[in-house]
Amino acid sequence: MHEWALAEAVISSATQIAEKEGLKAVKEVKIRIGELQQVELDIFEFALSQLKTGILQEARFVIETVRARFRCRVCSYEWFFERNRLTGDSAEAIHFIPEAIYAFIKCPRCNSPDFEVQEGRGIWLESIIGVR
Amino acid sequence: MDPRLSIIDERLKGIKRIIAISSGKGGVGKSLIASTLALLLVRKGFRVGLLDLDFTSPSTHVILGVMNIYPKEDKGIIPADVYGIRYMSIVAYSRDETLPLRGADLSNALIELFAVTRWGDIDFLVIDMPPGISDATLDVLRLVKKIEFLIVTTSSVLAFETVKKLAKLLVELKIPILGVIENMRLGEESAISRLTANLGLRFLGTIPFEVDIENALGNIDALLRTGFAKRLDEIISGCGLFKILKS
Ligand SMILES: Nc1ncnc2c1ncn2[C@@H]1O[C@H](COP(=O)(O)OP(=O)(O)OP(=O)(O)O)[C@@H](O)[C@H]1O
Ligand SMILES: [Mg+2]
Ligand SMILES: [Zn+2]
Repeated sequence: MHEWALAEAVISSATQIAEKEGLKAVKEVKIRIGELQQVELDIFEFALSQLKTGILQEARFVIETVRARFRCRVCSYEWFFERNRLTGDSAEAIHFIPEAIYAFIKCPRCNSPDFEVQEGRGIWLESIIGVR
Repeated sequence: MDPRLSIIDERLKGIKRIIAISSGKGGVGKSLIASTLALLLVRKGFRVGLLDLDFTSPSTHVILGVMNIYPKEDKGIIPADVYGIRYMSIVAYSRDETLPLRGADLSNALIELFAVTRWGDIDFLVIDMPPGISDATLDVLRLVKKIEFLIVTTSSVLAFETVKKLAKLLVELKIPILGVIENMRLGEESAISRLTANLGLRFLGTIPFEVDIENALGNIDALLRTGFAKRLDEIISGCGLFKILKS
């Protein structure tokens, strides 16, 4: 997912949560991003800093990247994502739609495309700290 | 919580109407109808988007004859312009490769696509759905608040039997159903219009089976000259359902 779109989504849902919890100001937002999102952290952080307003004005964003790990459903082999095995084109495709990975990666042991992304996909708001 | 979900409403805000072309059974002509409908609506002067949600078997790019789609990147994805249609398909990212997605991954890809695509202000977004009550159907029902359904069937009772199931689900969820189109009709006699009325749904019309439609695939001028396109045009003009109330 694109950094700006992602940042917009984070801001919008963090705001929603903060309002629901009745916070006056948010101090810190912890975010976990899967490696498969292929997010450029610099751009993402910049986008967050540009988009944060209102209740999030003062917030600090703590971002943790989670390595992508796969498990083959056919032979149970487990392996980690290695970006440099992908061509530029497919890396870009994954950047927008991480599931495009299924078009470009197969199990290194048995060649099956039927694998599970065990970790390292998606983005999660881990926690929000603020003052009531 | 998944922050992508909170941005989808925002992404769809500028769209006046969202119409899912759906069916109970596969191979009834959804993709052909969705693509042709999008072209016809553009010709009527509407601003139109087309979204191919059949991730494992996308086909609208073949029908429209667009082999390489390059959506632009600008704080999200701006759909490619294809004959005046704002067009989005997973093939922009999977290219010519097979994309074997299981349910959860399929859902994730679908959420991602809705969360990043910036359609802008348009009148109609036409969605080409995969067949049946699939993960994509359930996700669209969950994520797209203003969705309306157009149901396609063939003249076969087998196809219609599956329409009943789909319609029942939609009616229970209070999702608007524009009506039912019968496609690929071969003979004179057909029970579909009566069966549709029995379900309490509106029968919109019949499109006959057209032997040489294959030759028109991939060429939009040829496609718009087919009896198929002419008949679909009559149906959408005649039913009065494809209007935008100007505010
Ligand atoms: N009226 C028609 N006359 C002749 N052929 C038709 C007609 N409508 C559709 N077809 C053909 O039938 C085939 C199936 O059409 P299409 O791919 O649009 O169906 P679909 O419902 O989208 O299928 P799927 O469920 O697999 O997505 C295509 O080859 C299409 O060209
Ligand atoms: Mg189809
Ligand atoms: Zn394997």
